[in-house]
Amino acid sequence: MPTMEQELVRSPSAAPRNAQSPRRMQYARAFLGLFLRDLYVLRRESIPFLIRVCMNPLLFLFVFTYIMPHMSDGAALNPTASMGGANFSTVLLPGLMAVAIMFSGIAAVALPLAQEFGITREIDDRVMCPLPVSAVAIEKICFSSVQSAIAAAIVAPLAYYVPATPVYAHVANWPFLLTVLILASLTAGALGLFIGTTVKPQQIGLIFGTVVMPITFLGCVYYPWAMLDRMPVLQHAVLVNPIVYMSEGLRAALTPNTPHMNTALVLVMLTFYLFLLTALGIRGFRRRVIG
Amino acid sequence: MDAIIKPTGLRTGSTLTEIVRVNGLRKVYEGKQRVVAVDGIDLAVREGELYGLLGPNGAGKTTTISVCTTRVLPSAGSVCLDGVDVVASPALARRSMGIVPQYNTLDRACTVYENIFFHCLYFGFSRNDARERTAQLLEQFHLSDRASAYPAQLSGGLAQRLQIARAISHRPRVLFLDEPSAGLDPQSRIAMWDAVRALRDEGITVVLTTHYMEEADALCDRVAIVDHGKILVEDTPAALKSSVGAQKIYALELDNYEDAPQLAGQIRELQGVFEVEPTPTGLRIFAGSADGLLPEIVRASNPYGLRDLTVTETTLETVFIRLTGRDLRE
Repeated sequence: MPTMEQELVRSPSAAPRNAQSPRRMQYARAFLGLFLRDLYVLRRESIPFLIRVCMNPLLFLFVFTYIMPHMSDGAALNPTASMGGANFSTVLLPGLMAVAIMFSGIAAVALPLAQEFGITREIDDRVMCPLPVSAVAIEKICFSSVQSAIAAAIVAPLAYYVPATPVYAHVANWPFLLTVLILASLTAGALGLFIGTTVKPQQIGLIFGTVVMPITFLGCVYYPWAMLDRMPVLQHAVLVNPIVYMSEGLRAALTPNTPHMNTALVLVMLTFYLFLLTALGIRGFRRRVIG
Repeated sequence: MDAIIKPTGLRTGSTLTEIVRVNGLRKVYEGKQRVVAVDGIDLAVREGELYGLLGPNGAGKTTTISVCTTRVLPSAGSVCLDGVDVVASPALARRSMGIVPQYNTLDRACTVYENIFFHCLYFGFSRNDARERTAQLLEQFHLSDRASAYPAQLSGGLAQRLQIARAISHRPRVLFLDEPSAGLDPQSRIAMWDAVRALRDEGITVVLTTHYMEEADALCDRVAIVDHGKILVEDTPAALKSSVGAQKIYALELDNYEDAPQLAGQIRELQGVFEVEPTPTGLRIFAGSADGLLPEIVRASNPYGLRDLTVTETTLETVFIRLTGRDLRE
């Protein structure tokens, strides 16, 4: 116990500049400040955010699960023909959620980063915050995961109510669903960080054609992974794609009657990709901001 | 967080403490073309001082400042700021410094008000303290009526002012300004100078880089002249200028400049002339402020086809020319 005298001696030097306040506290406050700023900006831009999140799944659902089943020769064109015992609408529910999660990670981290590294150099302001540079990168991942989770929550009811054919979904294991959602959202943010720090700012427009589309179409979004069993090469090749584990994880959690991947494998692989992409993303981030 | 109150008038007598200490700083960019940006810089800035790094573009000023502000890692050497090693503890060091880079790094998604407010939050202010500090700075920098504007709507001068206000909002002890008047119109530049002087009066140490010698002369207590990654000389502007030994410089342009060496011999004999050196089109004469020298120079140089004559007071640019043989703008 410090004596009163010691306290009195110590306090004058401690009071100005908060010099004695623990470093962790300083980092936490800076982190929180960055997070609040991002939330504030997101709230102001909530309408564009909603449009961005809704348009793609809404159109997709409308065309494939509403218009096509209603067509005169619907049966021929009908993609909702049974697929492994489940209809297309049921397959799409987790798939479109996975796309929304992944896409939010790209839109919330990779695209702004390209701008901040490139034209505006705004990143210098964030990097000058009193916390380690890697924490600035981690804040980006965390904030992006919030956007991903919101996006998933918006897409879920759309994918449930828009299709003309019934969607068979039920959640048997809520903790598993939440774990998958959180892991998938964080991994999407880490993927965004990795892409944003790896791709040259001038070429960021190209990533839609070269990265986003391939990982979406080969991400078991529109079909369950188990149904690829007739194409073993493809079935094994897609395993490098982190989106596969997002779709399959959500499939296992939301539509457990559809064929889906082993749940333990999903969790392990999502965690693996989260750490890998975070590490690569932080390395790229440091390289970009520290000369 | 408690409001941080800085005592003013720290510049008292000779007991000034060093607040920035740069030792043997080197920065080499390896690659296809190896660039030595900083080649062994040592400098010490005293608390409360307004210190300037003057030199042409590419001299290594910005790199030096970038190392001091934790944005570039040095190849060798160390930087100590307010007792903190900036390379070993960058996050801690950032609390004691503010930075206004050459380019505009304002948060485009936030208003003028929010730019300062969130900056305060990053540095651990409570919301109330941040609000108070923001209002005070907007007032101080005459930005209150633009509080809800976005950075894209601000003129260059206003954006610069906002950047300075934001940089000092967490009450740093040292403010780094990298080429603060680049891209400013003359009026905004004068306003910026006033703002910077006011900061020094608040007790904030200011380190700035510039390639405008008028700026270094008008603002700085001490100036280091930098070229090719090295400090050539460092002193107060007055001492640097008097080191040239001349108060006036006469630049002659001659039609018969090939005979200039002969004329130089004649002019050297004149009273009050310290030195004469040839230039591509004539002669440059360094002289004291003696009266009556001008007509004598004109008389002597007329036979050589005197076309033009300019007389300038000694400036820091003269110092630079004497040290490097080149113009600052070359």
